[in-house]
Amino acid sequence: MARWFALRALRGALTVALVVTFAFVVLRMSADPALVILGPEAPPEVIAAFRKSWGLDEPIFVQYLDYVAAIFRGELGRSMRDGRPAIELVAERIPATLALTLPALALKIGIGIPAGVWASLHRGTLVDRAVMSLAVAGFTVPSFVLGLVLVLVFSVKLGWLPSGGQDTWTHAILPIVTMGVGGAAVLARFTRSAMLEVLGQPYMRTASAKGLPWARAIRDHALPNAAIPTVTIVGFMVGTLIAGAVVVESVFSWPGVGRLLVVAVSNRDLAVVQCILLLVAATMVASNFVVDLLYGLLDPRLATGARGAGH
Amino acid sequence: MASASSLVRLEGLTVAFDGVRVLHGVDVELARGGTLGLVGESGSGKSVTWLAALGLLPTKARVEGRVLLDGEDLLAASERRLDAVRGGRIAMIFQDPASALNPVLTIRRQIGEALALHRGLSGRAIGAEAKRLLDLVGIPDAERRLSAYPHEFSGGQNQRIMIAMALAGRPDLLVADEPTTALDVTIQAQILDLLDLVRRETGMALVLISHDLGVVSQTCDRVAVMYAGRIVEEGPSDRLFADPAHPYTRGLIGALPPLDGSRRRLVSIAGTVPDPKAPPPGCAFAPRCLHSDRRCAVAQPSVETIEPGRRMACVLAVHRREESAGAASSLARKETAAS
Repeated sequence: MARWFALRALRGALTVALVVTFAFVVLRMSADPALVILGPEAPPEVIAAFRKSWGLDEPIFVQYLDYVAAIFRGELGRSMRDGRPAIELVAERIPATLALTLPALALKIGIGIPAGVWASLHRGTLVDRAVMSLAVAGFTVPSFVLGLVLVLVFSVKLGWLPSGGQDTWTHAILPIVTMGVGGAAVLARFTRSAMLEVLGQPYMRTASAKGLPWARAIRDHALPNAAIPTVTIVGFMVGTLIAGAVVVESVFSWPGVGRLLVVAVSNRDLAVVQCILLLVAATMVASNFVVDLLYGLLDPRLATGARGAGH
Repeated sequence: MASASSLVRLEGLTVAFDGVRVLHGVDVELARGGTLGLVGESGSGKSVTWLAALGLLPTKARVEGRVLLDGEDLLAASERRLDAVRGGRIAMIFQDPASALNPVLTIRRQIGEALALHRGLSGRAIGAEAKRLLDLVGIPDAERRLSAYPHEFSGGQNQRIMIAMALAGRPDLLVADEPTTALDVTIQAQILDLLDLVRRETGMALVLISHDLGVVSQTCDRVAVMYAGRIVEEGPSDRLFADPAHPYTRGLIGALPPLDGSRRRLVSIAGTVPDPKAPPPGCAFAPRCLHSDRRCAVAQPSVETIEPGRRMACVLAVHRREESAGAASSLARKETAAS
C-alpha cells in the first residue's frame, strides 16, 4: 500500500511538472512580456532594462532552471505589473471563485445525480426522454451562450437579477446557475447510463429473486455499483473548482481566479499565469488521487488492485 | 394428475415480448419434495418459464396463464406478496454465480438479507445462521469468509454461496437455472451432488433447468423436454431415457455419447431452433425432424398421454406407439439409414 501511495505521488508530481513546463515554454514563445507591458513605443533601453531585471535576457533553459529552483524554495515569482508576489494575487481571488464553483458543484450533484437515477428507473418513458433532451441541451450549449441568454432574460427583460459584479449574493445566482446547468446535464447522463448498466446485471435479478423489494434493491444493490463511474465525473468536477469558471467569470465580470488568468495571459504576466496553472494542475492531481482512494472504498475488487499495484 | 399433493402447478403459461410469443402455454406440475428436470436447447423457454412464474421478467414481458403455489395464483399476486414468495417459498439460483452475486457487498450482507427478509433474524443471529449455511454448502473457514466479497471466491464456491443464500429462506422449492453451465466439469458434479444433498436434507422440491440431459438424469425423478416454447415430452426420467417417444427427445439422447458399450457415431440434430418471430406452421420441430410429413405442417400436435404419467406432443409418434412394436423397429432401421 505504501508503494502504491509513492507511485501515485510520483505520477502526480510528473503531471504537475509537465503542465508547468509546457506553460513556461509556450508563454515565452508566444509574445515578449516587455513589449506587451511597456508598449511598442517604449524606448529600447527601457525595454532592455526591463528584460534584464526580470531575467528575460537569459537563455530560456536558464530561466527555466531558475524558475524550478525557485519553486523548490517555495517562491512562485512576482507580478510584472505591480511587483506583488503572484501567489498573493491568486490567493485573494480564490474565495470569490469558490463562492461560485462550490455552490455550482452542489447544484450539479444535487440535480444531476437524482435526475440520472430517476431517468434510468423510468427508462423510455416521456419523462426519461424529456430529462435526457434537457441534458443534451444542457451540455451542448456553451456556458457563455447560456450565460448571455440568462442575462438577457433575467436581467434585461425581467430585471430580477443583476447582470454582473459582486456586490450582493444575488449577483452570484446567474453565474452559479450558468455553471451548474451544464455540469448537472453531464452528471445526469453519466448517472443514467451507469444505472442502466447496473440494472441489467444478473445480481439485480438475484436481489429480486431473494425477495428484496424493488426500492431496496435499487438503494442497496444498484446505487453502490452505479456510484463507481459517477464518482469519476464528480472527481473531475472537483478538480476544476479553482479554474473552472474562466468563461463564466468573464461573462459576469466576477473578480475570481478565472478573470485574473484571462487578464494575466493577455498581459503576459508570466509568474501569475504560471502560478495559476500550477495550482490548477495540483488540484486536478489531488482530486484524482482522492477519486482513486474512493474507488477502493466503493469497489472491493479495485481495493485489492490498488494493493496489488505495489508489487 | 393428483393436484392435492402438488406444490406448484403451471397452467397454460404463455410469455410474449413485444408481441412475439416465446412461451406457448406450458403446463407442468411439481409435487411437494419432487424433482423435475427441464431440458432443451437455449431459447427453448426453460428459463423464461420460471422467471415468468416468479415475476422476474422485465415489465415489457406479457405473461398469461396461472402459476399456482398451493392453489394461490402468483400471477395475480401483489408485488408485496411476491416478495414474500420469492426467496421464502421459491428460491432461484442462476447460471453464472460470479455475476449473480453483487460484487460490492460482502457475502454476510447478501446472505443476511435473505435471513432478515424471510426468517426475521437480526444482528448476531444473522452471522451465526449465515455461517451455518456456508458450513452446510461446504465453504471452508466459513466464519472468516463471511466478510469476503464474491471476487475472492472461485466460480464453484460462488455457486455454493448462491445455494446457501437460496436455502436461507427455507424455501419449499429451489429452481436451479443452469447451475453448472458456467463451471468446470469437475466442479459441476460437486455442485449437483450438493444440490442433491441439500434437497434430501431439507425436503424441498427441486426444478433443475439444463440443456444437459446427463445432468438432469442424475438428479431428477421427472423430466420435461422443451422445444420452441412448448413442453414436447414429459415423464419419469428412467422411462423417458429408456424409451424416448418424441423425435426431439430421441435426437437429444442420440447426441449424447454413451458412457459404456461400443463407440458409436453421435447423431446431431440438423438445423436450428425456429425464430419465434416466424414460427413454422404446425409442429415447431417439423423442419428439423427426420420423420416429419405433411400432417406435421398442418396443425400444432396436441399433448397426449401415452402411458400413465407420460405426455407427449407429436402426431406421428403417437400414431406409431399405437401400432405394434414392429413398427418401432422399422423406425430404428430408418434412423440408422438416415444417419
